[in-house]
Amino acid sequence: MTTLPAAVRQESYLAEGRTIRSWLLSVDHKRIAILYLVAITGLFVIGGFAAMLIRVHLLTPQGALVSKEEYNRLFTLHGTTMVWFFLIPSIPTVLGNFLLPLMVGARDLAFPRLNLASWYVFVAGGCVAMAAMFAGGVDTGWTFYTPYSTRFASPAVVLLLLGIFIAGFSSIFTGLNFIVTTHTMRVPGLTWLRLPLFVWSLYATSLVLVLATPVLAIVLVLLGVERLWGVGIFDPALGGDPVLFQHLFWFYSHPAVYIMILPGMGVVSEIIPCFARRPIFGYRFVAMSSLAIAVLSFLVWGHHMFVSGQSIYASMAFSILSFLVAVPSAIKVFNWTFTLRKGTIRLRTPMLYALGFVGLFTIGGLTGLFVASLPVDVHVHDTYFIIAHFHYIMVGGAVMAYLGGMHFWWPKISGRMYPEGWGVFSAVLMFIGFNLTFFPQFILGYEGMPRRYATYPAEFQVLNVLSTAGASILGVAYVAPLVYFLWSLRSPPTAAPNPWGARGLEWQTTSPPPPENFVAPPIVADTPYDYDHPAPEDPTHG
Amino acid sequence: MADALLAPQFEDRAQQHESAALGMWVFLTSEVMLFGGLFTAYTIYRTLYPHDFAAASPRLYESIGATNTAILIVSSLTMALAVRAAPTGARRATTLWLSLTVLLGLAFLGFKALEYGLDYTEHLVPAVNFIPPPGADPGPAELFMVFYFIMTGLHAVHVTCGIAMIAGLAAASARRRPIERLANTIEMTGLYWHLVDMIWIFLFPLLYLVK
Repeated sequence: MTTLPAAVRQESYLAEGRTIRSWLLSVDHKRIAILYLVAITGLFVIGGFAAMLIRVHLLTPQGALVSKEEYNRLFTLHGTTMVWFFLIPSIPTVLGNFLLPLMVGARDLAFPRLNLASWYVFVAGGCVAMAAMFAGGVDTGWTFYTPYSTRFASPAVVLLLLGIFIAGFSSIFTGLNFIVTTHTMRVPGLTWLRLPLFVWSLYATSLVLVLATPVLAIVLVLLGVERLWGVGIFDPALGGDPVLFQHLFWFYSHPAVYIMILPGMGVVSEIIPCFARRPIFGYRFVAMSSLAIAVLSFLVWGHHMFVSGQSIYASMAFSILSFLVAVPSAIKVFNWTFTLRKGTIRLRTPMLYALGFVGLFTIGGLTGLFVASLPVDVHVHDTYFIIAHFHYIMVGGAVMAYLGGMHFWWPKISGRMYPEGWGVFSAVLMFIGFNLTFFPQFILGYEGMPRRYATYPAEFQVLNVLSTAGASILGVAYVAPLVYFLWSLRSPPTAAPNPWGARGLEWQTTSPPPPENFVAPPIVADTPYDYDHPAPEDPTHG
Repeated sequence: MADALLAPQFEDRAQQHESAALGMWVFLTSEVMLFGGLFTAYTIYRTLYPHDFAAASPRLYESIGATNTAILIVSSLTMALAVRAAPTGARRATTLWLSLTVLLGLAFLGFKALEYGLDYTEHLVPAVNFIPPPGADPGPAELFMVFYFIMTGLHAVHVTCGIAMIAGLAAASARRRPIERLANTIEMTGLYWHLVDMIWIFLFPLLYLVK
């Protein structure tokens, strides 16, 4: 697809300086991506450890490990950390930061210093939030519903709100940077309809980040003011409306779900054509469905409030709009499936993750239709059915895609190949462990086990033990890539520029890329999915 | 890299200018959403409690609010004149207009501080010394003042940030930094300043003129 002067091997961005200072003050988007990778991996370990303790505790009906108060703090720690400090930033700030300039053929993002600033803001927000949860202990759950959060929770809740408020600015900065970069930094020939689908998904995500995050910021301010000064913004005794809090909170937090899943859809749209050796089926539909999801994401928040006392007519409208989100989501799934058709499928690690994503996302999406229906939602509201539903999207979807992307682009990021055997092993293990953890929770929820309780009736024990067993497998499957990615760094960076025979611009430069990304600006003449015609350097051809 | 005014990630100045302008507009959009959440909450409570909001509003100092409205509108004019002067290389005019904008911004903050002081002496501050107006429900009347302080407070934070940025630009302009280099930043800061002005133009009638 491109004409490029023969790549000359030269200093990579990793060799640009080896001091801590050269990393902490770097404005190179590739180095900032690594900074984010380190930060969110640390936070993922904290959130994952909390999840592990929760699952161990739920081995017995009366609770095996911690007190009820500690249990409440654990699920708050898990939810808050995973939502704001892992899932929302993960793919955009690590893979997006690294790849967006490469994919549009630019030297960097439009605002490199803002990019570095956003990392510092993110880390500051993370530190404040962790301090609140470890020093003070917050037990409100990640949703901070009033009046519990404003009348009864420990004062540390204000510190946690502040941490999330700060981290929100990092989201806005990243979204702003990505939007501008996509508009103004594309190389000549890279028209909008030749953009990689990962770029489309980042663009849609960025729109949501920029438009929704400020609303979260203001609702956190209102909550903090009420908690600190005891005024009745959401307190019905003083004229306030607690349902208004839920409206404002979900106006951000439902679109936030799409912040988490849209980049994952983009990653999968890159991996599947490459490992099926087929052009993506229905490029325009896949690209536009990302925008459709971003727009619809702003119109469905009320489906979290079917039992909160909102008007039944509002609930009916929100229910219909929630069903509509299934249309662009299904368009993506059907197009991925058709891309596989008659393809030469290679089941390498990234492809296993991508296929796992498609299956698990489909289950998560279809159960989303259950909970978007008014009568079914009344039955399963606040049960483990909901937990299972959104973990199929968030873990089965977003985390699978993140890990698939990490394996796919690891040669580009680090210059090293990961061990394929271990990769396949951990991808399969993750699929098994994930399903064993969360499928029993669908049944638990349907049978009536409520979420956020430290104890449960004895008849639910078998399914809870199964779920905990699955979580242990899942834990091993998470640790394995961490170990072998780090292990791979021991050998010298000898990965080929394009080990997968992929067609995107990021594969046209060396692995790892030089600081300025491309020796000469590439020229683009086609979409990045031209797999019908073998590329000369394709190692898999023939 | 012959062009000293061009950041290394850009190919040419047009691309650089387009990126800066788009970035600022995206940022302003997020600012609109930030205040939008507040305006929404305010509107809902005002619809729920029209009588109490109408009883609480006249106790605000309408004259100070009106004076501040005039000050901010004039400051938008001086800012616009600075934005127009900078690319022509008119250094003294640029410095003058920027300095005037800073002074007007400070005057706004001064009046706002004076007003907050008067609000305090009149027992209008929620959670501190609030006394509801006669005939109004204390909860909703206090809610009105809560929104008054949060909305004008958040706006004042934005005015303060704007003053700091414009003062920095005025100093840079006075210290004979290349004026073409500043012109871009002055233009982007101008966009921000106008938005802060626009928000006040919505805040003034919503808070001070409720009947």
